[in-house]
Amino acid sequence: MSKKMHITLTVNGKEEEFLAEPRELLIYTLRERLNITGPHIGCDTSHCGACTVTINGKSVKSCTLFSAQANGKEITTIEGIGGPDDLHPLQSAFKEHHGLQCGFCTPGMITRAAKLLQENPNPTEAEIRFGMAGNICRCTGYQNIIKSIQAAAAEMNAAKEAAE
Amino acid sequence: MKDEIDNRDERVANLKGLGCSRKRVEDARFTQGKGNYVDDIKLDGMLFGDFVRSPYAHARIKSIDTAAAMEVPGVLAVLTAADLEPLGLHWMPTLAGDKQMVLADGKVLFQGQEVAFVVAEDRFAAADGIELVEVEYEELPVIVDPFESLKSDVVLREDLDPKAPGAHGPRKHPNHIFTWEAGDKAPTEEVIANAEVVATESMYYHRTHPCPLETCGCVASMDKVNGKLTLWGTFQAPHAIRTVVSLISGIEEHNIRVISPDIGGGFGNKVGAYPGYVCSVVASIVTGKPVKWIEDRMDNLMTTAFARDYHMTGKISATKEGKITALHCHVTADHGGFDACADPTKFPAGFMNICTGSYDIPTAYLEVDGVYTNKAPGGVSYRCSFRVTEAVYFIERMIEVLAIELNMDAAELRRINFIKKEQFPYKAALGWEYDSGDYHTAWDKALKAVDYDGLRAEQAQRVADFKAGKTRKLMGIGLSFFTEIVGAGPVKNCDILGLGMFDSCEIRIHPTGSAIARLGTISQGQGHATTFAQILASEIGLPADSITIEEGDTDTAPYGLGTYGSRSTPVAGAATAMAGRKIRAKAQMIAAYLLEVHDNDVEFDVDRFVVKGAPERFKTMKEIAFAAYNQAIPGLEPGLEAVSYYDPPNMTYPFGAYVCVMDIDVDTGVPDIRRFYALDDCGTRINPMIIEGQIHGGLTEALAVALGQEIAYDDMGNVKTGTLMDFFLPTAWEVPNYETDFTVTPSPHHPIGAKGVGESPHVGGVPCFSNAVQDAFRPFGNRHTNMPHDHWRIWRTANELGLHD
Repeated sequence: MSKKMHITLTVNGKEEEFLAEPRELLIYTLRERLNITGPHIGCDTSHCGACTVTINGKSVKSCTLFSAQANGKEITTIEGIGGPDDLHPLQSAFKEHHGLQCGFCTPGMITRAAKLLQENPNPTEAEIRFGMAGNICRCTGYQNIIKSIQAAAAEMNAAKEAAE
Repeated sequence: MKDEIDNRDERVANLKGLGCSRKRVEDARFTQGKGNYVDDIKLDGMLFGDFVRSPYAHARIKSIDTAAAMEVPGVLAVLTAADLEPLGLHWMPTLAGDKQMVLADGKVLFQGQEVAFVVAEDRFAAADGIELVEVEYEELPVIVDPFESLKSDVVLREDLDPKAPGAHGPRKHPNHIFTWEAGDKAPTEEVIANAEVVATESMYYHRTHPCPLETCGCVASMDKVNGKLTLWGTFQAPHAIRTVVSLISGIEEHNIRVISPDIGGGFGNKVGAYPGYVCSVVASIVTGKPVKWIEDRMDNLMTTAFARDYHMTGKISATKEGKITALHCHVTADHGGFDACADPTKFPAGFMNICTGSYDIPTAYLEVDGVYTNKAPGGVSYRCSFRVTEAVYFIERMIEVLAIELNMDAAELRRINFIKKEQFPYKAALGWEYDSGDYHTAWDKALKAVDYDGLRAEQAQRVADFKAGKTRKLMGIGLSFFTEIVGAGPVKNCDILGLGMFDSCEIRIHPTGSAIARLGTISQGQGHATTFAQILASEIGLPADSITIEEGDTDTAPYGLGTYGSRSTPVAGAATAMAGRKIRAKAQMIAAYLLEVHDNDVEFDVDRFVVKGAPERFKTMKEIAFAAYNQAIPGLEPGLEAVSYYDPPNMTYPFGAYVCVMDIDVDTGVPDIRRFYALDDCGTRINPMIIEGQIHGGLTEALAVALGQEIAYDDMGNVKTGTLMDFFLPTAWEVPNYETDFTVTPSPHHPIGAKGVGESPHVGGVPCFSNAVQDAFRPFGNRHTNMPHDHWRIWRTANELGLHD
């Protein structure tokens, strides 16, 4: 074990300050230190995307990042994307279009999709499939996930137009 | 409390009962990151346990030194077989009548086998401890091939008397586990010997793994003050786990509470009992603290619950016109180091004897030999009923090979051999009685939907273009027609560890007209909380939105055998309907009392009982519910509750017709799935949205298995596919859009006619994808190539057929 490091993170808008071993992975900081259990662990090797979070505007797999590497950065997890009183359109669309089954991949999937729609508010089906290829789902076969993301994109674009 | 809704259609719609694509009640928590999976559980003082695993596939253990590990700060205990032996817990019974080491007892039989269990304050300290446990091994010869195993002098299981019979009868060799037979051997051989046409083929259905996104794990918490053990875990059968834990630990069953929280997919992986569960329980007893054990992905792929690994040889005979006369099948089944298959006791090869498929085959014989090797134990049914995927793959390949032998169209060959609608209930040559089916209608609908003749014409043109050098892409048309056998099962022939495979439902109606129902099954993504409420809504006339469904807590749910083999709807769904009918029967008496008429003078209508011939006189179920708690009705107990334990009279037999159209680049071996059409008949459809979702998912798991997913070993018994880098899970990029369709042929014996659907797409999908690949190469002389058809193997097939010359 090495000397503990002083780490400061902003998670879902809240500043968190703690001492951690250099080897502490971000996913464990979130899940076990901060009790933010939305992001899950599916593979430990960056393949499945169940642990996806947003760090300073980029989608990141938190299972292969040391917390120390995220020091000083802003992190958003599914818990910061929307809750009972302010559901994100993706959260409603995944329910409406049956974009989930066991739910284990869903937090990472929605977190990634939210970022994707920020990067590209009008993605084609191929762009969604490519943009979501880092997130594995074992239950849905993706068809309804794609549909959910398309529906959310349409809703978000309509809302944006109405606001302008 | 008068019901405002008088329109009957509106009243039906308001219930959100059978046939409604009701949105899932589970989704709110999952989409907001508020699911509660086992690794989310955090208890005061909870410890973390993890395994020292064997790097060798076959080795004797000379010594284990735990001293250095115990020096690591945070490490509290290191358990070995020597620690478990005084408790009698160093071995445990498997679901297949064998026994399995919990921790290596003198030797190891597969790579990754559990050798010691390190218990520490957190997972990092446990990992540090694992590094410092010194195990001295003496390597032994490794056997990874079951045919070699049956010839070898190397005895894998030294704990077994080589001459003594096993759980399923006599053994031919120390590494042999069982021989299991179905059908008539001599008549089958005679028909085949004298047949006009015989096709013979050997095929290997490779080893793979269910690989749910959430791995297996548990939290064991022994409350020494009250003598109660609580065990949370990824259990597809929580009640069976409770009974097993009680039997092997000696803790009385009423002092054990097993809870399956949200489960992140199962697909068969979470049916069995694993050493991690036993070690966590022991560690909690030893330390007096809760102990969590969670597999990492490599542990999961290497050690818990492989699927398939069947070497199958078939002979199928027919007349010159293509009428099938007999089928012979031999299987050499690789079970790994222990026989830990998850099958009903009397079926060591599961329901492999459904391998006559959807065809009227008068004579058949099946023989399965189970064999030990130095591979991981398991043999679960990965998204299928017990070994049904193997059976359907076998027959759907044999049909294709027979079509080649007959120089006949494979769709037509199927059509002339289908069991006819009027033959149901149909008694198959290998023993099963198919409940209902209408195969010709389904097949015709499927072929018409894809314009089958047009596809064949296009394919012929493509072959001509390829030969003329105009294209490097071939076109394959994959066909499959499957019949599943699900819903185990009748207690008279299906049990696991002596527990009959019934299932259960208990309902309590609350005074204000809402309800809670608890079942013996457990959802792993199938949406039980949504669909079982729909069954009840239609049965008892209360809206599905007013019914809570609860599963997975053995202290509250009635005993059941759990969720796998598509048994939830056929068995627990039936129990739900039957319990609902008990509620309705009592409600009828209450309604008659309130309406001051005879019981037989009222009848049920959607959400109420009405006086026959006087529809304006009625009592809604909501009113009846309240009356059950506030009226003193002569001859009736207060309250409105019911429980049903349902023993199904037969299995159910869902079926379907699938067509896949694929382009294959012969120079890269990359297949491009152009179209996939899936027609499923699962009997009565409870929630079409959920059915469709199940089909998309099952087809995608079929695509994975057919086109690349495998657990591969090298000659030393090293697992070559231990991470998601090597083990193929398709992403959104590789998966096509599917077209779904249906026919409805209700099960005649199920209370609501439903058959189960979750596994059908996997069962029918694997042969369909495989047949598409093989069909593309049929014009060039291909007869059969083994799965998985990954890019390299497809390229190799093209190469061997001279298509690169």
